[in-house]
Amino acid sequence: MRLIEEVGAWFELRLGLGKPIRETATHSVPRETASWFYVFGSAALTVFILQIVTGILLALIYVPSAGEAWNSLQILNHTISLGWFIRALHGWGSNFMVAIVLIHMLQVFLFGAYKFPRELTWVVGVLLLLVTLGMAFTGQVLRFDQDAYWGLGIGASITSRVPVVGPWAVNLLLGGPIIAGATLSRFFALHVFVVPGLLIAFVGVHLLMVLKLGINEWPMPGRIVRRATYLEEYHELTNKDGVAFVPYAVWKDIVFSGFILLSIAVCAAHFGPFGPGGQPDPTIIQTAPHPDFFFRWLYALLSFLPPSAETPILLIGPAIAIVVLLALPFVAGEGEKSWKRRPIAVLTMLLVAVVLGTLTHLGKSAPWSPVMDAWSSLPIPSQYLDGRTALERRGSLVFQAKQCHNCHSLDGQGGKRGPALDRVAMRLNGDQLIRQVIQGGGNMPAYGKNLNPAETTALAAFLKTLHPAGQVPARDASRAVALGAGEVSPRP
Amino acid sequence: MSVENDTSRRAFLVKLGLFFNGIIGTALAVPIVRYLLSPVIREKKGRYDSWLSLGELEKFPAGQTRLATYRNPVVDPWDGQTDDIACWVRNVDGRNFQVFAINCAHLGCPVRWFAQSSLFLCPCHGGAYYQDGSRASGPPERGLFQYRYKVENGNLFIKAGEMPTPGQPVAKKAGEKTTCA
Repeated sequence: MRLIEEVGAWFELRLGLGKPIRETATHSVPRETASWFYVFGSAALTVFILQIVTGILLALIYVPSAGEAWNSLQILNHTISLGWFIRALHGWGSNFMVAIVLIHMLQVFLFGAYKFPRELTWVVGVLLLLVTLGMAFTGQVLRFDQDAYWGLGIGASITSRVPVVGPWAVNLLLGGPIIAGATLSRFFALHVFVVPGLLIAFVGVHLLMVLKLGINEWPMPGRIVRRATYLEEYHELTNKDGVAFVPYAVWKDIVFSGFILLSIAVCAAHFGPFGPGGQPDPTIIQTAPHPDFFFRWLYALLSFLPPSAETPILLIGPAIAIVVLLALPFVAGEGEKSWKRRPIAVLTMLLVAVVLGTLTHLGKSAPWSPVMDAWSSLPIPSQYLDGRTALERRGSLVFQAKQCHNCHSLDGQGGKRGPALDRVAMRLNGDQLIRQVIQGGGNMPAYGKNLNPAETTALAAFLKTLHPAGQVPARDASRAVALGAGEVSPRP
Repeated sequence: MSVENDTSRRAFLVKLGLFFNGIIGTALAVPIVRYLLSPVIREKKGRYDSWLSLGELEKFPAGQTRLATYRNPVVDPWDGQTDDIACWVRNVDGRNFQVFAINCAHLGCPVRWFAQSSLFLCPCHGGAYYQDGSRASGPPERGLFQYRYKVENGNLFIKAGEMPTPGQPVAKKAGEKTTCA
C-alpha cells in the first residue's frame, strides 16, 4: 500500500494532475441534474471511444484499396477469429452513436440548455452532429460494396448540381473522373484521419465548456434566463443546493453508458455485421442500392420532391437547416428554459421527429422503387384468372410480359410505384383504361409504341375485370344513351 | 539600453519571425493546394475523355438494345473492378446508334433495360426512359446521358472516361443530342 502511495507521489510531483482531476471530479452540480435525463452526452462519448477502439482493430486487417477492400471485409467476416464481431460492434456502434447524438440534442433543446451562457457549447454541438453524420457517410463508403459504390454515385450526382463549381467538386470528391481507387483512398483518409480529428477537437472544446460553464440546471417554469443575472443565480444554485458530480451524478452516467455498450454488443452478436453486399463491380447492374438507416429519410425525400424543386431544395435546404441550428442560441439566448412554457419548441420537435420518422420508415419499404423482377417472379393471383375469357387471360399475360407488375401491385404483390390495380375497373372505364395505357401520364410511361392493337385490347379486357365481385365497374354513361343500355351492361 | 526599447525590439523580432513563417507557409501552401486539386487539374490535360472500343458491330444487332462494357481510360493499378463501366448500346436501324450511360439522370443509379416494354427503369427512385433515352416518367429531369460514338473498321467506339452527372457540362452537351426514334 505504501509503495503505491510512493509511486503515486512520484508521478504527482512531476505531472501535478491530481489536484485538477480531483477538483474536476468533485465540482458542484445542481442537485436535480443528477438525473437520468442528463446521461446522453456521456453515453455518446462512450460510444465514440468504442468506435475509436473497434475502428483501430478493423484497420489492422482492412485494406483501403478499391481492388482489395471487399475481399478484406470477407476475410474479416469469415476468416479472422471474431472479425465479424468487431465489424458488427463498429457498425452497430455507428447506428447507436447517431441515435444517441440526436437524443442528446433533443434533450438539450427541450431543456433550454443552449441559452446564455452556453451558446458556443450548442454551436460546437451542432458541428459535432455534422461530423458524426460525416463519419456515418464516409464509413458506409469504406464498406466498399454495391451500396457504397452507387451511394457514391448519388453523392456525386447531388454534388454536380452545385452551380458553377459542381463538375469540379465531383472530381474533387471522387479523386478523379470516376468512382475508383482514388475515391476509396480519400474516403479512408477522411474517415480515419480528418473527420475523427475534427470530432476529437470538437468533443474537447464541448467538454471544456461544460466544465467551465457548469451543467445546465433543471429548467423550472418561471425561472427566466437573463444575461445580467444568470451567472450569479447559477452560482448560488450550485453552491447552496449543489452536489459533487462524483459520485452523486456520475453513477447514472456510468450505468447508462454500460447499458448502451451492452445493447450494442447484444445487437452485434445477434444481428451480426452489416454486409458487405455485392462486389463493387459497376458492370453488375442487377442491384437495387439503398442507403443505411441514417440516410433513409433523404432517400425518401429524393423520391417525393417534384423534379423541378429537387435541386434547389437539395442544395439550399441543408444550408438553411444548419444556419437555423447555429442561429438558435443567438435568437433565443434568454427567457424560459422549461419545455412546459415553450409550446412552439415542443411542437417543432414533434413535427421534425414525425417527419424524419415517417420518411425513415418509408425509406425502408421504398414504395417508389419498381420491383425489378416482379414481372418474371410474381404470379397473377388465381382469383383474377378463374373463369376469365381467353382474351382476358391473354391480357394478363400482356400485363406480366410488359412489366406492368413491376410498378403495379395485384393482391398486395408487386411494385407500389403506381396505384394498386385490384379495383382499377371501378375508377376507369374501358376507354379511359386504353387511353392511360397508350398515352401514359400521371407519372406513368406511355405504352403506345410498345403495344400492338391486339395486345392493347387484351390488356384492357383484363383490366376491366379488376373489380370486386358484385360491384359495378366504371362505365361511360353517355355511351349507354347513344348505343342503348343493353349493349354496355357491365359483366357481373 | 532601456527595458522599453528592449521590449519593443523583442516584439519586432517576434513579428519578423511570424512574417518569415507566413511567407514560408504561403510558399508551402501552393504545392499542397495543387496536390489536393490534382483530380481537377488533370482534367484540363484532356485525358479524361478518349475514344474507347465497345467491340465489333456484330455484338449489337439492328433494332436491339444491348449491354456493353468498357475499361475506363484513366486507371490506377489498385482500382480493381471499378474501372469496368457498363453502358447501353441501341442499334437504331443498323447504321445509327445510341449509346446511353448506365447512370440514371436523376441520381446515377444503374438503369436496366426491359426489351418487352422498351423501357429503361431505375431501381432507386423509379425513373423511366423510353428506348430512345428520352424521359418517360419519374424524378429525372431529362433523358439518359448519351456518349458520342463513331464506327471504325467494324468497331463501335464511344468517347468516355468521366462519370456522367446531371451537372456535368460534357454530359449536358451529349444529352441535348437526344433524338426521337
